Amino acid sequence: MIKGKVHKYGSNVDTDVIIPARYLNTTDPDELATHCMEDIDADFVKTVRPGDIIVADDNFGCGSSREHAPIAIKASGIACVIANTFARIFYRNSLNTGLPILECPEAVAGINNGDTVEIDLESGKITNVTTSNSFQAKPFPPFMRELIEVGGLVNYAKAKVGR
Amino acid sequence: MGQTITQKILAAHCGKESVEPGELITARLDLVLGNDITAPIAIREFEKIGAQTVFDKDRVALVPDHSTPNKDIKSAELVKIMRDFARKHNITHFFEIGKMGIEHTLLPDEGLTLPGDAIIGADSHTCTYGALGAFSTGVGSTDLACAMALGETWFKVPEAIKFVYYGKLPKWVSGKDLILYTIGKIGVDGALYCSMEFTGEAISELDMAGRFTMCNMAIEAGGKNGIIEPDEKTLAYIKPRAKRDFKLYKSDSDAVYKNVIEIDVSKLEPVVSFPHLPENTKPVSEATHIKIDQSVIGSCTNGRIEDLRVAASVIKGHKVHPDVRLIVIPATQEIYLQSIKEGLTEIFVEAGGAVSTPTCGPCLGGHMGVLAGGERAVSTTNRNFVGRMGHTKSEVYLASPAIAAASAVLGRIGSPEEL
Ligand code: SF4
Repeated sequence: MIKGKVHKYGSNVDTDVIIPARYLNTTDPDELATHCMEDIDADFVKTVRPGDIIVADDNFGCGSSREHAPIAIKASGIACVIANTFARIFYRNSLNTGLPILECPEAVAGINNGDTVEIDLESGKITNVTTSNSFQAKPFPPFMRELIEVGGLVNYAKAKVGR
Repeated sequence: MGQTITQKILAAHCGKESVEPGELITARLDLVLGNDITAPIAIREFEKIGAQTVFDKDRVALVPDHSTPNKDIKSAELVKIMRDFARKHNITHFFEIGKMGIEHTLLPDEGLTLPGDAIIGADSHTCTYGALGAFSTGVGSTDLACAMALGETWFKVPEAIKFVYYGKLPKWVSGKDLILYTIGKIGVDGALYCSMEFTGEAISELDMAGRFTMCNMAIEAGGKNGIIEPDEKTLAYIKPRAKRDFKLYKSDSDAVYKNVIEIDVSKLEPVVSFPHLPENTKPVSEATHIKIDQSVIGSCTNGRIEDLRVAASVIKGHKVHPDVRLIVIPATQEIYLQSIKEGLTEIFVEAGGAVSTPTCGPCLGGHMGVLAGGERAVSTTNRNFVGRMGHTKSEVYLASPAIAAASAVLGRIGSPEEL
């Protein structure tokens, strides 16, 4: 069960503001995390706590294919991102690197910045503890659930190579 | 029921007669690629998979182009990881400095991306090769790692949106203007997860450079891939380059589209995208009050010889405005050399421009033309997000090579007609 404070953003949060290209000369998750969201929210790194949640409107993670984006978000302590929609490469990258993401426009509409939110990843149930409202996220298709269950794409490939 | 070109290519690569939108498939890949930013992570993940070596040493392309020639020690270390990996696994297509270029211009020019191919690259602009009638799309590093090991990957078959461009292209309206206009019309998520199929007489009229530019920016509308049916222009480009067999696919006349969007190009004028999203488009005539500090001509979107020819034809006989830095970056070594042979480089340098060795450089705010706070650039690149070319308080205006060249002379955004 995930429980944390919400950091809320608008539409089209792109990978350049999630982790600016000037920091892409490293692949170290902890170093990347120190610059996460810096160009859109300079206070993010100072206020984020392990277990916190990002909530955003449309097309979260648009732009480049840099996996550094979900890696930086995860390493910063964020436990889940909820959005109306995700850009497709970011969606893939999050599944592949084990950053939980949920599409749920109702939840996005019903959650404010600073609210405390609880998420049951298995069932997709999202509860806004602050307002006592709950929402149901779209479940993952079976193939993607399998991917998550084996622990991401690398484990999936490992099993295939081993066969 | 008819199939789109994208459905046909995906079906052929997963051993099926046909595939339906929404279907999850595992497809065989003809080429997988990575660059100096994404490949090092992919290599780390590749080691974890436990594969002995890559699935095919001729079908993995590694291109150090983003921070090269190495801009700092950390970048040098990343390129070294790539180089060592390429040597260890005898990767045929590792492109060393002096032989390299920006991946999405280099690989088609080298004949490594062909019509009918299924390609993934750990770079969002991998969709560029759709201009050849291939299915190609960007993925992340972990996808690249697994594809390097297995030679296959999973896809969700996309729905398709058909764009029909009709009418005669006015002077100075290029492929760049068509795609910027399109993104302005549908928005940066207007084609989210969809295949963007570009058709119509105006597309037939476009040269290959213009078609590459259009497919390159499909991702800027959220598209999974951009694609154009191959024709005689495609074949003229590909025949002297291809080193393996390829296959031409066309959409069926009864193929199913989510949406069909028709655009009369004869009414368009050159387009400029204002900060900080590519969808913020305006006709150039509404941008002529924007003073600029820098003009960048290059990138995987507009760094081809055709782009440099247009820019040089506009700049010839003029000087770069005293308040503007003009930076010209041919996309590959071959284009760089051709630009010298044709006298284009001389035109740029004589006008007061700086001509660089091939690199992504300023396109992602890496090096070779990073902006300070409060500065503005007009650029032929593809993204104008906050901080994309440097300081978060700087601004990028996206435009065609003709507009970027004219603006460099005018000191403000403007069209060649004003010179
Ligand atoms: S030129 Fe720009 S958009 Fe193209 S691959 Fe390089 S950084 Fe990416």
